[in-house]
Amino acid sequence: MNLEFLSQIPLLLTIVYCVAVVAFVFLFVLFSNWLERKISAHIQDRLGPMETGGWHGWSQAIADALKLLFKEDIIPAAADNKLFRLAPYLVFVGSLAGFAVLPFGAQLIGSDLNIGMYYVIAISSLVVIGILMAGWASNNKWALYGAMRAAAQMVSYEVPVALSLLVPVIMSGTMSMQEIVHNQEGYFWNWYVFRMFPFSFVAFIIYFWASLAEVNRNPFDLPEAESELVAGYFTEYSGMRFAIFFLAEYGNMFVVSAIAATVFLGGWQAPFPFLKFIPGAVWFIGKAMSLVFVQMWLRWTLPRLRVDQLMHVCWKIFLPFSFANLMLVGLWAVLWGK
Amino acid sequence: MNLTPILTPLILGAGAIVVLLADLLAGKGNKTVAQVVALAVIVFAGIATVAVWGRGGPAFYGQVSGDGFASFFNLIFLLVAFLVVLTSPSYLKRSGSNYGEYYVLLLLAVLGMTFMASGTDLLIIFLGLETMSISLYVLVGFHKQRPRSNEAALKYLLLGAFFTGFLLYGIALVYGSTGSTNLEAIADYVKAASTPLGGYMGIGLALLLIGLIFKIAIVPFHFWSPDVYDGAPTPVTAFMSTAVKAAAFAAAMRIFYHPAMTLGIPWDKALWVLAVLTITVGNLAALSQSSIKRMLAYSSITHAGYLLVGFIARNELGASGMLYYLFSYGFMNVGAFTIAYLVNRRGDGSYSLSDYAQLGARNPVLALLMSIFMLSLTGIPPLAGFFGKFYVFSAAVQAGYVWLVIIGVLNSVISVFYYLRVMVIMYMREAEDLKDLERVPSVGFAALVCGLAIVLLGLFSGSLLEVARNSILTIL
Amino acid sequence: MESVFFVILAVVTVFSALMVILQKNPMTSVLFLILAFFSTAALYVLLSAPFLAAVQIIVYAGAIMVLFLFVIMLLNLNRIKEEGSPLLKALGMMVAGMLLVIAAVVIRSTVIPSDSGFVAGTEPGFGSVEAIGRSLFTTYLLPFEIASFLLLAAIIGAVVLAKKKL
Repeated sequence: MNLEFLSQIPLLLTIVYCVAVVAFVFLFVLFSNWLERKISAHIQDRLGPMETGGWHGWSQAIADALKLLFKEDIIPAAADNKLFRLAPYLVFVGSLAGFAVLPFGAQLIGSDLNIGMYYVIAISSLVVIGILMAGWASNNKWALYGAMRAAAQMVSYEVPVALSLLVPVIMSGTMSMQEIVHNQEGYFWNWYVFRMFPFSFVAFIIYFWASLAEVNRNPFDLPEAESELVAGYFTEYSGMRFAIFFLAEYGNMFVVSAIAATVFLGGWQAPFPFLKFIPGAVWFIGKAMSLVFVQMWLRWTLPRLRVDQLMHVCWKIFLPFSFANLMLVGLWAVLWGK
Repeated sequence: MNLTPILTPLILGAGAIVVLLADLLAGKGNKTVAQVVALAVIVFAGIATVAVWGRGGPAFYGQVSGDGFASFFNLIFLLVAFLVVLTSPSYLKRSGSNYGEYYVLLLLAVLGMTFMASGTDLLIIFLGLETMSISLYVLVGFHKQRPRSNEAALKYLLLGAFFTGFLLYGIALVYGSTGSTNLEAIADYVKAASTPLGGYMGIGLALLLIGLIFKIAIVPFHFWSPDVYDGAPTPVTAFMSTAVKAAAFAAAMRIFYHPAMTLGIPWDKALWVLAVLTITVGNLAALSQSSIKRMLAYSSITHAGYLLVGFIARNELGASGMLYYLFSYGFMNVGAFTIAYLVNRRGDGSYSLSDYAQLGARNPVLALLMSIFMLSLTGIPPLAGFFGKFYVFSAAVQAGYVWLVIIGVLNSVISVFYYLRVMVIMYMREAEDLKDLERVPSVGFAALVCGLAIVLLGLFSGSLLEVARNSILTIL
Repeated sequence: MESVFFVILAVVTVFSALMVILQKNPMTSVLFLILAFFSTAALYVLLSAPFLAAVQIIVYAGAIMVLFLFVIMLLNLNRIKEEGSPLLKALGMMVAGMLLVIAAVVIRSTVIPSDSGFVAGTEPGFGSVEAIGRSLFTTYLLPFEIASFLLLAAIIGAVVLAKKKL
């Protein structure tokens, strides 16, 4: 079927794309929820869900989602009603907005902004506001602690994240996601993570670690540390609203991994030119998913940091290293070109 | 690239970083290194300022100008900073906040001031003002253990931020109505405009002026100043009451002396009222103070009012008189605060006037110096304070503001009371318990320099006025 | 199309700005402030200055708002009551009214000259990262560098004030 005519009506195309992305997020969350259960189980030498749906409990996540949908929606009496209701959607919007600039393929991108990278960094601040709102509106000290931790952590880690994302920006001379991907064409050693060794590689490592803090994943999961704070900023949430937080959380995991895949691992480019027949989206999602897998792997392997250690790591290790790294990359770019 | 116009701030900025590193390398507890390096930086910057005096010319797309006006003010800032750095360590030690960062922030504040004096673009002036203000917010609160110091810092920060909003909104409106932040470009636009600008531009300029006179502490924007001056560490108070006022006046002169900036709005009438209010309110409040620090704080409000008289006159003598006044006022006030700090024997920050009882007998040199400062602040000839007042008042008479001058002179007469009261206490009153004063050579030296400078500036007032006259040519 | 967006955004901006001062609950007014910042950012996008919009969001909606929220959360919100004598209130209203009259007169009397030649977003590349970078490092090099000293002063100041033992 010739779908050419769709490009004549960009508005329709945009809408279709948006719906597709949201659908993708839902599917991704269901899948990765199941995946996380299985990974955690296997790391702990057990099997995890095996019954629901048959093969390796494949429909466990779906059952969970249904359960959440039908659960009673509780709003604490002392909560700030309006803010309590609004917060999860704000977090979700912040996470979903990141998808707008993710290049799933050569043509598959919401909007190839010329400030794409910068947009991602900017929009992630929306999530912080939502989390703070949730924590405050719950009128619960654990929730407030969680929200404060999340805000402190996300604001701090935004700095090394931004600094290390600037490395590929210097290397490609643009902030447009698509152009960055195009600049990594060819064999896999053209990917930015392997170029300008070791600076770009260092940037990749720093980005990946700092992004774990950005999405509140272990070892930086203090905002929702269940053993200390019950569940952090969404302690008081249940049912549908909890599900939305859950969606946003996993959506964010994908966004940060996808950005790493885009700017460091060649995005939708195949590792070898002869593999180009496989659609870009497959490569892209595959790369992002492997990073998501690493995130899960780390979660079930590493212990949680303390708050002071968290800040120490950010300001005294990541920040100076990423800064020096950025300067050296700039120097390299000036001396030997990109 | 022509770096001459920014040579002084360049040295100060590099110097601030050097001080920071030197302080780090010197190790904990040894803060003399930071002080000495800071003094060296200031001296170096001063030499550089004199070396390229007035030869900077416009640079950086007309955003700064290293003309004589800028050089003159740079010299004022550096002299005050030098004296303040000289007198600071003993205060810092006593207050338990002897950190090298003090000097870094002081240098950065001076850096901001130099840009306020040399900026010919509203953007530069704004950034200079903010650099100065941010450093000062911290310096005011530097005595962390003292609640009054914290209170002063917070007050200054909140009000300062609020008035920065005024200033910035003013700049925005001026930019909106002329399409540029560059003073020359704005003037050209105003001259070329087919219809006379008023309205937004007028409001913008008014807000700009408010933002600047807040820093000078002109009534009715003075409420912060007694509390802040009282709460801040004494050397910082000395710095604020002199250099900060000079910097804000420099920016105001740069912007408003430009002929195109009047827009046919009667600024002088509004400022006339403010000047009268400032002089009178400052004077009356100073009368009833029992703390010398507060008294000097109110007196500095009054002096800002006298300076405003020169500003209103808007003529050559007024402008050069202001420069002369600010130059000599720096010495007077820093000197007075230095002695206030030396005499404050209890070290509790009360700065009571009764501490001065029998100072004449206990320490004749200090008493003599204090007398010089007080007489000069009153405006007794042949000291520098007299000539400063004389120049701005005669400029105002020249410009036809006779009543303003009469009110100013009457207020000067009132001020005799509280300045001379200090002398009366020093020489006449019996002290209850006599205690030796702390002897700090560097502070004594600074006071001595101030005293000598006031006498010399008074004796050779003509030559400094001549320098000032040459310096203002580019802005009138 | 553009003017429709402009009207919507303008209404949202003005409305949320008004709500910032009209709301009794400081938390709500802060959130309206964020909304005002976001819609201002969207207005920048309409003016073909996307970089500025992102800066607006990062700087205001992000960093400053988080700080605001911290401050507000550390304040005791329940204790805030309406204070001030009726006399002061009346005085405040009078001054505000007078300012309103002055502003109205000024706005009415202002003639924007027809020869004012500033129109946003005309030349190609306007508002792009390249254009902003270029002007930052040529025309606005000096302000850029002064700003770095301003930030240095702020950093040192923050450390001095916040650290218990230096």
